[in-house]
This record gives sequence, structure tokens and C-alpha cells, in this order.
Amino acid sequence: MKYMLLIYNRPGFVTELSERERTGLFGEVDELMRELTESGELIGGQALVDPSQARTVRGGDGGGAVATDGPFMESKEQFGGYVAIDCESEERALEVARRWPDVRYGGAIEVRAIMGDGAAET
Amino acid sequence: MTRDERRIEDLLRATAPRVLGALVRRHGQFDLCEEAVQEALLAAATRWRQDGLPDDPRAWLTTVADRRVVDAIRSDRARRDREAAVAAEREREEAAGGAVPEHDGAAAEDDALKLLLLCCHPSLTSASQVALTLRAVGGLTTAEIARAFLVPEATMGQRISRAKRRIADAGARFELPTEWELPARIEAVRQTLYLIFNEGYTASSGPDLVRRELTGEAIRLTRELLELLPGDGETTGLLALMLLTDSHRDARTGPDGALVPLDQQDRARWDREQIDEGVALITGALSRAPVGPYQMQAAIAAVHAEAPTAHATDWRQIAALYRLLERLAPGPVVALNHAAAVAMAEGPEAGLARLAALEGDERLAGSHRLAAVRAHVLERLGDREAAARDYLAAARGTTSLPEQRYLQAQAARLAGR
Repeated sequence: MKYMLLIYNRPGFVTELSERERTGLFGEVDELMRELTESGELIGGQALVDPSQARTVRGGDGGGAVATDGPFMESKEQFGGYVAIDCESEERALEVARRWPDVRYGGAIEVRAIMGDGAAET
Repeated sequence: MTRDERRIEDLLRATAPRVLGALVRRHGQFDLCEEAVQEALLAAATRWRQDGLPDDPRAWLTTVADRRVVDAIRSDRARRDREAAVAAEREREEAAGGAVPEHDGAAAEDDALKLLLLCCHPSLTSASQVALTLRAVGGLTTAEIARAFLVPEATMGQRISRAKRRIADAGARFELPTEWELPARIEAVRQTLYLIFNEGYTASSGPDLVRRELTGEAIRLTRELLELLPGDGETTGLLALMLLTDSHRDARTGPDGALVPLDQQDRARWDREQIDEGVALITGALSRAPVGPYQMQAAIAAVHAEAPTAHATDWRQIAALYRLLERLAPGPVVALNHAAAVAMAEGPEAGLARLAALEGDERLAGSHRLAAVRAHVLERLGDREAAARDYLAAARGTTSLPEQRYLQAQAARLAGR
């Protein structure tokens, strides 16, 4: 089954860490990515720029779509990036999410299955 | 692809496992031999297209692949201990008579079976078993397998090389397991082949040919397995099940790609030839082999196949077969299908009672399938509102886009939209 691990964290939290903590955090991410690559589970992943750089498009009053500065949600945690994996079970996906270091620093990982085109006969 | 190219590819795929078997028998080192056979297959695909088929394609492939293995062993050893290694290899070559021994049919068949068992080794995850079987036995390239499973080629490459390392680390040998272990190991091969089949069959919505070719590949490999185990009941059952299921392929999606449920399919579009073969296989197996879960599923598929219309389906027989299947292979999905069959055979109330009993089953908790079956039964009972609710719940729970589309359409139809 394929899963998306959607990483939410407080923008800029990394800059408040000590150098040791920062190095540790990046090391943990590298380690996880290496493990997922070597096991053949990693499909892909990307980090996003700071939400202050985001532009949001939504329907305007006049019917046209309007772009505004800033992210969609006004909240402390913002979507920061994702990792997509193909693994044996939901438990495995949750295990990877639990080990993601952002979680320890107040972030959250949303784990959701990716929709497929396969369908059994009904 | 031209007809000649198609012929060459079919020939290459059919020959690959036998060539690989011969090499592994001679050199050990599954990993190295497997790489060499892949390279030889690529070389053959180019050469044979230009120059035509050699007189003995299998000997051609074996010679080319063997040379690559010997070269690799030599250069590998040269790095460590040139003199001693080359002498040793020369000795081995002389002992082996210089060329890869041509072996009789029985030994080649043994090799092909050993290869399948190795690819489905218990130390591997099911995803790795599938990938390795398709590459080493099916002769597909890593890129083709990656496309079929919708992952990047690098991901699939990692999965395959890790699987090969794992097999080596587990100390797996290229030999037949003990008689005591053999049945469970063969069952693992059948499971892998069925996974490959389902991956292809369920993908038949949409124009993705690579994925659909997996069904053909699974059927071909299951035929091979049956040739290696003549008369084996469960392997016959699996082949019959695949043929009968796949016979619906042209009828199960509409022109817009939407799913058409079994009871609404145009039965004239079912593949009669495949149905005849599947029915003959399962009838034969049931009369002589000990019964097993694949045979039961094939028998159920055969009852559907033999009904001239959906209305004429013998649901009593199907419900009885599910009862047997539940005894042979108990599980929540079988129990659910049994309940659906009972609803058809004995009426929606009887079906609902069975479904209610399943609602407490943890393994089905939150399952969209339970909601989908209940929706169907509730609708037959005339409770449109509850049925629509369950269709929507099922639509929320599924991970399949075509299924979600179908379930949403059912809910909308009942709501009069």
C-alpha cells in the first residue's frame, strides 16, 4: 500500500534549536531516508519553502479566482513537506511517521493512504 | 511491436528461467547469475531482431550469460587474488567439462521450480517476492516492473537488489526443500502469482497496458507451475480461478472506464474460450484432488460463468461453496462474501442477519467492503435511505478511485440526483 506522510511543523522551529540539536535532527532525517531508500519503500519526498513565500488561490466574489499572499490556513503548524512510501502495512507507515524528528519538536505527521486505480469486481 | 518482435519477446521470457536455473546450478551466486541473464536477454533482444533467431535460442542465451558470469567471477577474484582464483576457476571449468552441461528435461524442470521457490523465499516481503519473481522468472526488466507497480525505477531496483541480498544472507540454497517444507513453500509461490494477477486484473480500468499485462504474465507463470507439478489440485484451482476471473475483463468496465458490477455485465463479452478451459480445469481437479481454497474460489467463479444471465445465477450453490470455503480458509473477507451470497440465496433479511454478526469483527471494523455489501442488501430490502448512507460510508473508506466513483454514483442514484 502506498502512503503519504504529510509533515506539519511550526515554521522556523529549526532556527531556535542549538547546533547540536539541529545536526541531530538532520542526521535523523538522513538516516530515515537512507533506510527507506535501501528497503525499496521510498517513492519520493519534497520539502516546501517557508509558508511566508506561499500564494493562495481561491474563488473571488466576482466569480474569478484570486491569488493572495500567504498560506491557506492561519495556524501555528503549517504543511512543510511530504514523504511518499510504498510499504507492507499501515503500522509500518505509522512507525516511520513516529520516528520523524519533527514530531518531537511539536510537529505532527498526517498519514494517509494514496488512492489507486485498482478495483475488485463487485 | 511487430509480430516477430512479439515472438522473440515471448521466447525470451519463456527461456529465461531455464537459463538462469542452469547457471545457478553451476555457479551458485544467484545474484550474479540473475544479472548476467538480464544482460543476455537485452543482448538477445537486439541481436535476434537484426539477425533472426539462432538455431538453439536457449543454448545461445546460456552461452552468453555464462560467459558474463565467468568474466565477473574472474574480474572479481582478480582484484583479490588473481593467480589462485583463476586456477581454481579453470579447475572448476575443466571439472564441469568446459561448457554448461545440457541437461535433460526433468532436471531443467527441477531447476525452474527451485528458481520459483527461491524467488518466493520466506525471508522476503510479499512485495519483494513479486518483484523478484517477475524479474528472475518472468524475464521482465526492472523498468517494466516499476511501471506496472507505479513506483520509480530506482525504488524497484532497490527492492530487487535488497531481495537478492536477503536471500543470500538467509543462506537460501538452490535446491528443493524437504518434503515436509515443500507444500508451504509452493503455497507461497501460488500466493505470489495470485498477487501478480490481482495487481493486473484490478487495474483494468484505464488505458494502462503495462499493468494489464501482469494478468497474462501471472497466467503464463501459473501454467508453468502446473507443468512442474502435474495434477496438483490447488495449482489447477488457481489457474482455473485466474482464467475464469480474467474472462470478464472486456465486460467489467464501461466505455467511460467506469466499473460495471458482475450482475450488470454483458455476458456475451465474456471470453468463452477461457471460461471453457477454466471450467474443464476445475471440474477435473475437484473430481480427483483434495479440495482447497483456490479450487473453491474457482468453483464459485465457474457457477457465475455458467449462468446464462445474472438472474439465473445458482446462488444456493454459491452460498454452499462459500460455506465450504469458510471452513477451509476462515477469514473476514470470505465471511463477508458468504453473507452476500446468503442474501441472494435466502433473501436480504438472512443476509442482514449475517452481516450484523460480522459488525463485531475487529478485522472488518471500518471496512468499506462491509458497508458496500450492506448497502446493496439494504437497497434490495427497500430501505433506500440507509442504503445511501452505507454507500457513502463505503465511498469514504475505499482506497480505489474507480470503486469510489461507483459507490458515489450508487449513493447519488438513491438520493434521486
